[in-house]
Amino acid sequence: MEFETIVGLEVHAELNTKTKIYCNCKNAFGLEVNTQICPICTGMPGTLPTLNEKVVEYAVKMGHATNCTINNVCKQDRKNYFYPDLPKAYQISQADIPLCEHGYVDIMLDGNEKRIGITRIHIEEDAGKMLHNDAFQGTLVDFNRCGVPLIEIVSEPDMRSSAEAKAYLDTLKSILQYIDISDCKMEQGSIRCDVNVSVRPKGSTEFGKRVEMKNVNSFSGAMRAIDYEANRQIEALSRGEEIYQETRRWDDQKGVNVVLRTKEDAQDYRYFPEPDLSTIYIPVEKVEELKKEIPELPNAKIKRYVKELGLSQTDAELIAENLPRVKLFDECIEISKNRVSPKVISNWVLGDVSKYMNETGRDIAETPLNASLLCRIVELIEKNEISNTSGKVIFEEIIAGNTDIDKIIEEKGLKQISDDSAIEKIVNDVLAVNQKSVEDYRGGKTNALGFLVGQCMKASKGQANPAKCKELVLKYLEQ
Amino acid sequence: MELYEYSAHELSEMLADSKVSSEELTKSVLCRAKATDDKIGAYITICEENAIEKAREVDKKRGKEPLHPLAGIPIGIKDNISTKGILTTCASKMLYNYVPPFDAFVMKKINSADMVITGKLNMDEFAMGSSTENSYFKKTHNPHNLECVPGGSSGGSAAAVSAGSAVVSLGSDTGGSIRMPAAYCGVVGLKPTYGSVSRYGLVAFASSLDQIGPLARNVRDAAMLYSLICGYDSMDATSQQREYPNFAELLNGEVKGLKIGIPEEYYGEGVDNSVKETVLNAVKELEKQGAEIVNISLPSTKYALNAYYIISSAEASSNLARFDGVKYGYRTEEFTDLTDMYEKTRSEGFGDEVKRRIMLGTFVLSSGFFDAYYKKAKLVAFDICKEFNEAFQKCDVIATPATPATAFKLGENIGDPTKMYAADICTVTVNIAGLPAVSMPCGKVNGMPVGLQFIGQKFSEQTLLNTAYAIEQLNGEIKPAEL
Repeated sequence: MEFETIVGLEVHAELNTKTKIYCNCKNAFGLEVNTQICPICTGMPGTLPTLNEKVVEYAVKMGHATNCTINNVCKQDRKNYFYPDLPKAYQISQADIPLCEHGYVDIMLDGNEKRIGITRIHIEEDAGKMLHNDAFQGTLVDFNRCGVPLIEIVSEPDMRSSAEAKAYLDTLKSILQYIDISDCKMEQGSIRCDVNVSVRPKGSTEFGKRVEMKNVNSFSGAMRAIDYEANRQIEALSRGEEIYQETRRWDDQKGVNVVLRTKEDAQDYRYFPEPDLSTIYIPVEKVEELKKEIPELPNAKIKRYVKELGLSQTDAELIAENLPRVKLFDECIEISKNRVSPKVISNWVLGDVSKYMNETGRDIAETPLNASLLCRIVELIEKNEISNTSGKVIFEEIIAGNTDIDKIIEEKGLKQISDDSAIEKIVNDVLAVNQKSVEDYRGGKTNALGFLVGQCMKASKGQANPAKCKELVLKYLEQ
Repeated sequence: MELYEYSAHELSEMLADSKVSSEELTKSVLCRAKATDDKIGAYITICEENAIEKAREVDKKRGKEPLHPLAGIPIGIKDNISTKGILTTCASKMLYNYVPPFDAFVMKKINSADMVITGKLNMDEFAMGSSTENSYFKKTHNPHNLECVPGGSSGGSAAAVSAGSAVVSLGSDTGGSIRMPAAYCGVVGLKPTYGSVSRYGLVAFASSLDQIGPLARNVRDAAMLYSLICGYDSMDATSQQREYPNFAELLNGEVKGLKIGIPEEYYGEGVDNSVKETVLNAVKELEKQGAEIVNISLPSTKYALNAYYIISSAEASSNLARFDGVKYGYRTEEFTDLTDMYEKTRSEGFGDEVKRRIMLGTFVLSSGFFDAYYKKAKLVAFDICKEFNEAFQKCDVIATPATPATAFKLGENIGDPTKMYAADICTVTVNIAGLPAVSMPCGKVNGMPVGLQFIGQKFSEQTLLNTAYAIEQLNGEIKPAEL
C-alpha cells in the first residue's frame, strides 16, 4: 500500500525586541548566566508582569506578512506546569484567542507553488535554560532567557513531505528576516520547531493518529525527523500495528526518536485567563499602520526579479533568500538606473559578493563595500575601462578598506588597454616566446588558444582588453 | 495617657509641634507590642532596632525639611507585603526564611513618607483563612477577648491596631481579609477599589481580587493612610490611572440626603439577630441625621461564596505554584528526583488550608471541569457586578453587617472549612465586583465588637469614609483595648 505523509509544524521564533516581554530586562543572547534578570522575570513572590507593546506590534506584523486575520481584542492566559526553568511555574501565553489566525504562506518547491495554511500565531514568554556540565554536580538554571518574547506559529497539516516542511520553514525564516522581527539564528535557538507527523493510505481523506516530536533543533534536523517518523509509522502500519497519539523526543545524533509522553499522561496545562494583565486592545488604525510597515516579501520579490528584471528563477530565489544580498542588489538596481543590466549585477552579487560572505561569514554591511561602489565597478567593466579581473582586484581592495576606486586603478595600473597597437605588441611578444603552442594550435590542438590569450593577459598584468587580445591572437594564428 | 494610645492624626500634630519625638512614640508602641504580644501574637517579626533608628532619623529631619503628615508614625505591615531586607513569610513554613530583594509599591510610599515600620504582622498562611489560625508561626488572639479569634486573614493587622501595638497597619483583602478582622477587633478597615492601590510586591493569593488597604482606630487615620498608598503604578497592569483627592482633608460627617441601600439578602438567615439589630440601629442614627433608607435586593448574593471560592482557589493554585523549592524558601531535605523534591517540598511547606485551596483550584481548572466551575463562577461574578450597578442607581452606599456574627472562639471552626468559609458571606461580593468597602465599629454584642460595612461604587472611597465618619462622630474614636 502506498502511504502519504502529513506534516504540521509549530514554530517558535524569538522576537528581537530590545527588552523582554514582561519586564525591562535586556533581551540579549550569549551574556553571562543570570545577569539579564530581575525579580519579575525570575518570578519572585509579589512581582507582576506588564506587557511590552512592541511584542504585540511585532506579532501583528508577522500576522500581516502571513495573511492572517488580526484579533485586535484578545487576552493572555496562563499555561501551568512545573519545571525548574519556569520560575513562576506557569508560562504566560495565549489560549483560545490568539493575536493572529487563519492565514497562509506560499512555498516554492521544484518550481511549483503551494499554499500552506497558518492556523494561528500567538505571543508568549520563553523559559530559562537548564545547564548540565561536568564542572559541577547536578543541574543549574540560567534565567537570562526567561521572559524573552516568542511568537508561536502553528501551521495547518498541509505539508506532504519533509521537503515541503523544509521549504515552509525556509519561507517563514525569510519572512521573519524581511520584516526584521527575529534574528533567526538556529544555533542560538532563536527559531525552534515541534513537528507533527501522521501517515495515511494514499487517496484517503481521513487523518491518521498524530505524533508530536520535540527537540528538533534545526531545519535539516526537522527533515530527518519527519522522514524517520513517517517511515516508522508506515512500517508499523505495514506490520499491522497501531499508531498511538503520543509525544516523542527526536535524537538527531542517533537519528531516532523515543516516546516522551503517551496520550494518557499528556499534561493538563489548566489554561485560564491571566488575571495580572488586562485585555490586549489594538486600535484598528494601529493594525492598518503596521500593515504599511510590511516590506515587499520574498515571494513577491522573486516574481518581480523574474518578470521585470529578467533574472532566472534560480538567481532570483538565491538573491531573495538572503536579506543582505537583497538589500545590496535592490540598491544597485536603484542606483544604476538601467545603465547596467540587472543580470550583470546579479552575477556580481551571487558571485564575488556571496563568495566573500560565505568564506568569511561576514555580512556585507560590515564591510566598506556598498551599492554605489559595486555599481561603479560594474559600470567600469561594462564601459571596457577596466577588465573583469581588475574589477575583482578593486572589489578586494574595497573590502580591505581602500574605497577610492580611481586611486586603486591609478596605483595598480588597472586601466584597461584597448588600443590596438599596444595590444598587438604584447601579442607579438607572447607568441614569439610560445612558438610550441602556436604550432600545437596550427596542428589542430585548438585549446592552445586559451593558453596564449591567458599569457597575453598575464603579460599585460590583466590590463589588456581580453576580447581584443583574443581577436589579435586568432588573427595571427589563422595567418 | 501613653503615647501608643493616641491616634495617628493626633500624633501627627504632636510631632509637628515637637511636643513629642518619633523616638519616644516608637519606643512606646514597641514597648506595648512587647508587653502584649505574648497574649495577642500579632507580630511575626518585630523590627525594634530599625524602627528606633528610623524614628531618630525622622526626628533629625523634622524642622529642616517638609515632612509628610504621617512621618514618624509607627505602622505594622501584614507579612505578605514585600519589605526589602525584612523577612516576609506569608505566615508559611514555605517562606520561613524569605527576605525580599525589593520593596512593594506601598512600602516605597510608606518609606517615602518616613513612617516607622514596627514589624511584620501575623496572618492566615498566604492570606487564606478567616481566623488567623492558619499561620505556621502562631495564633493571634482577639484583644477584646483572648479566647476569640481576631478574624482573618489580616488578623495580626487588626489585633495590633486594636491592642495599640501599632498606630495603624496595612492589611490585604481578597474576600474580606481586612474588613472581617477589623469588625472582630473593633477597628476601621478599608478595602479599596480594585486597581486603586498597586499590588506590586503583595504576594499574590487571588490576583483578580487582592487589594491592599489600611486598618486604623479611627476614620481619619484610615483616610490619611489610604491617601498615602493609593495611586497609579506602571508596574501593575491592573492599576488605574486617575487623580485621588486628599481623603482625610475632605472628611465630613455629612449624610444629609445620602441614600443608604439595605439589601435584604445580607440580613437573612445565617446572620446573628443581635448583630443585625446593632447594624440597623446605627443606620437608623444616620437616618435621623437626614440619610434616606432604601430597600434593595442583590439576589445573586446566594451564589457569591461558591463563585468566590472557585475563582480565588483557581488563581491561588497557579499563583502558589512558584513555591517549588527551587530558588528560595523551604526545600525538603531528602529527595530522590525532581518530582519527589516538588512533592515533598510542597507537602511539607504548605499548611492544610493552603493545600485544600490548591487542590480545589487545580480541580476547577482541570480540562473537563473548567466550564462547569471556573466559567460558571465568572458568569456569577458578572451577575453580581450587574446587580450592584443596578443597586447604585437607587442608592449611594449599601449598608450591611461586615460579618454574620461577632468573633468566634479559637478552634471553634477549624475542623469545619465550610462553616469557616461562611464567615465571609458578607464580604466576598465586594471583591468579586472590585468595589470599595469599609468596615466600621458600630457597637458591641456581649462585649464583642460589631462591624458595619458600607459598600460603594468604584472609587467612591470618599463617600464611604464620610459615612463611616458620621458613625464615628456618634460613638467617638476607639481607644486601644485594655489588656
